Amino acid sequence: MATRHDTAAPPAKEGGAAPGRPPAAAADAEQLRRARLSRRWQRDKRWSPYAFVSPFFLLFVAFGLFPLLYTGWASLHQVELTSPTDMTWVGMRNYTRIFGDDFFWNAAKNTLTIGIISTVPQLMMAMGLAHILNYKLRASTFYRVAMLAPYATSIAAASLVFVLLFGRDYGMINWALHFGGIDAVDWQNDKWPSQIAVSTIVIWRWTGYNALIYLAAMQAIPQDLYESAALDGASRWKQFLHVTLPSLRPTILFTVVVSTIGASQVFGEPLLFDANKGASGGAEHQFQTLGLYLYEQGWVNQHLGRASAIAWTMFLILIVVGIVNYVISRRLRASS
Amino acid sequence: MQPEDTVPTARRVRRPKSARAGGQMHGGPIAYIILAVFTIVSLFPLVWTAIAASRDNNRLAENPPPFVFGSNLFHNLDVAWNDANLGKAFVNTTIVAGTSAATIVFLSTIAGFAFAKLRFRGRGALMLIVIGTMMVPPQLSIIPLYMMVAKLEWTDQLQSVILPSLVSAFGVFFMRQYLTQALPDEIIEAARMDGASSWRVVWHVVFPAARPAMAVLGMLTFVQTWNDFLWPFLVLSQTGNPTVQVALAGLGRGYTPDQSLIMAGALLGTLPLLLVFAVFGKQIVGGIMQGAVKG
Repeated sequence: MATRHDTAAPPAKEGGAAPGRPPAAAADAEQLRRARLSRRWQRDKRWSPYAFVSPFFLLFVAFGLFPLLYTGWASLHQVELTSPTDMTWVGMRNYTRIFGDDFFWNAAKNTLTIGIISTVPQLMMAMGLAHILNYKLRASTFYRVAMLAPYATSIAAASLVFVLLFGRDYGMINWALHFGGIDAVDWQNDKWPSQIAVSTIVIWRWTGYNALIYLAAMQAIPQDLYESAALDGASRWKQFLHVTLPSLRPTILFTVVVSTIGASQVFGEPLLFDANKGASGGAEHQFQTLGLYLYEQGWVNQHLGRASAIAWTMFLILIVVGIVNYVISRRLRASS
Repeated sequence: MQPEDTVPTARRVRRPKSARAGGQMHGGPIAYIILAVFTIVSLFPLVWTAIAASRDNNRLAENPPPFVFGSNLFHNLDVAWNDANLGKAFVNTTIVAGTSAATIVFLSTIAGFAFAKLRFRGRGALMLIVIGTMMVPPQLSIIPLYMMVAKLEWTDQLQSVILPSLVSAFGVFFMRQYLTQALPDEIIEAARMDGASSWRVVWHVVFPAARPAMAVLGMLTFVQTWNDFLWPFLVLSQTGNPTVQVALAGLGRGYTPDQSLIMAGALLGTLPLLLVFAVFGKQIVGGIMQGAVKG
């Protein structure tokens, strides 16, 4: 990786001759040695930071940046899965093909609705939970660890379990609903129920994690803000609105960005929610997300070029969302 | 602040615990009820996985759904273990997650140290790039990666799963946050005056001080890599050389799948991580909260 450093010596101190000086010739040699070591030491000091950060950047360029840019390049070619190294230039044809495909727009719509149904309730519940966890509680560590258990459960395991819980005839959830007089819901085949079910898996896995992040941010809010608000006669709810929420703004923005990115990439949950339909996301593509559509084009229909065009489109959408997010948060900051 | 030997949580903010927002208030009964509901919702699917895995397929499809353990648990675990190639999958996943976690912890610590404590030209810009890379979903790079793997004839080999997983902007960011406050400048200066080279400083000063955060980052990375799905699913075959997640994905197929076997597989795949959480849950919670607060 970096240069090898033998043990370096201390920097030579100017005129700092040690007591009991050696004879002159030896002193010269000593001086030379010190100067040489000192040069090496200075070099070490200047260049070592780059040696420390370079592995990360090398890996990122090799496995992050280069593939991302190359995806853009591949999206302008016809590439087949059967021979992924043969590329034929086709210009924008992949894009026109995709934008002319109804299933692309269907997947884009599904990604958006699943993204909203899974992110908004999740973050609101996480906020409420964090607020409760911020009280003095008995066994508070236990609740935190219990809420993080879903985060330790993999997408594959969680999806397989929820498929059973959402079963039409014998599922636990329909059984619970029938006490409320609700008829059996066909969670797998009806459009809205299936999207709600897929979103539930996402919500179940991530709510506790986000609650912990909000809780950490809440505990960092200076106490005197609350005290002065209380002196002004603000109720607890008012305190939450005017002290807690504004202080959490950067954290909320962070979780919104991360959840948005996560929601745009949803893949495993819909893939396994109806394992026999696999990449099509249900018999009618009713819960096919963009991630699944990409996989279907690239690995089922074997058009890697077209899959690249989908990936690149998703990337551009994310950039647009990011810019919109940034503008909104700046507006909010300016107005407050 | 002195580095401590316990994992610090965000609660180290200099403030008595009793004076926290809402902290001066004890939670009322409603708070406990809500927490109980969320705890049950969080844990129930996992408990029910075990219940379903302990029955047989015919005794699973009944109304009301089963709430008590059956007698088939060990039989199902045994069959699922052999059917889904789980033995090999466990070895593979341990290799992948272990290598990945160890490498990421090492590289993130030295990079985080440089960003936290060393002065060099371009530091701010490089750190911004690191934060920027957190925003790029790795899934968008899979197609060229797949081409590379195909070209190198690495399909179904573990290195094709390990290599792309070594990029962790979060790790660099996390270690920088931690070392900024846990590593006093004076110690580094003192070591410097003694003429220690940078690598000696890293070995003898930075690593000991960073140990708690390294443990947390290692566990978080391990959990994440263990649960990775999309990329391993693309490059590994379910029969030849799967990770646990890839093996599990193969369980749900077929028109009359044996649900109790699937649940047994899901249980086996999740159990190791649940054990880790049972033992180190407190540290992991602390670590997530630590990483969340911008220093």
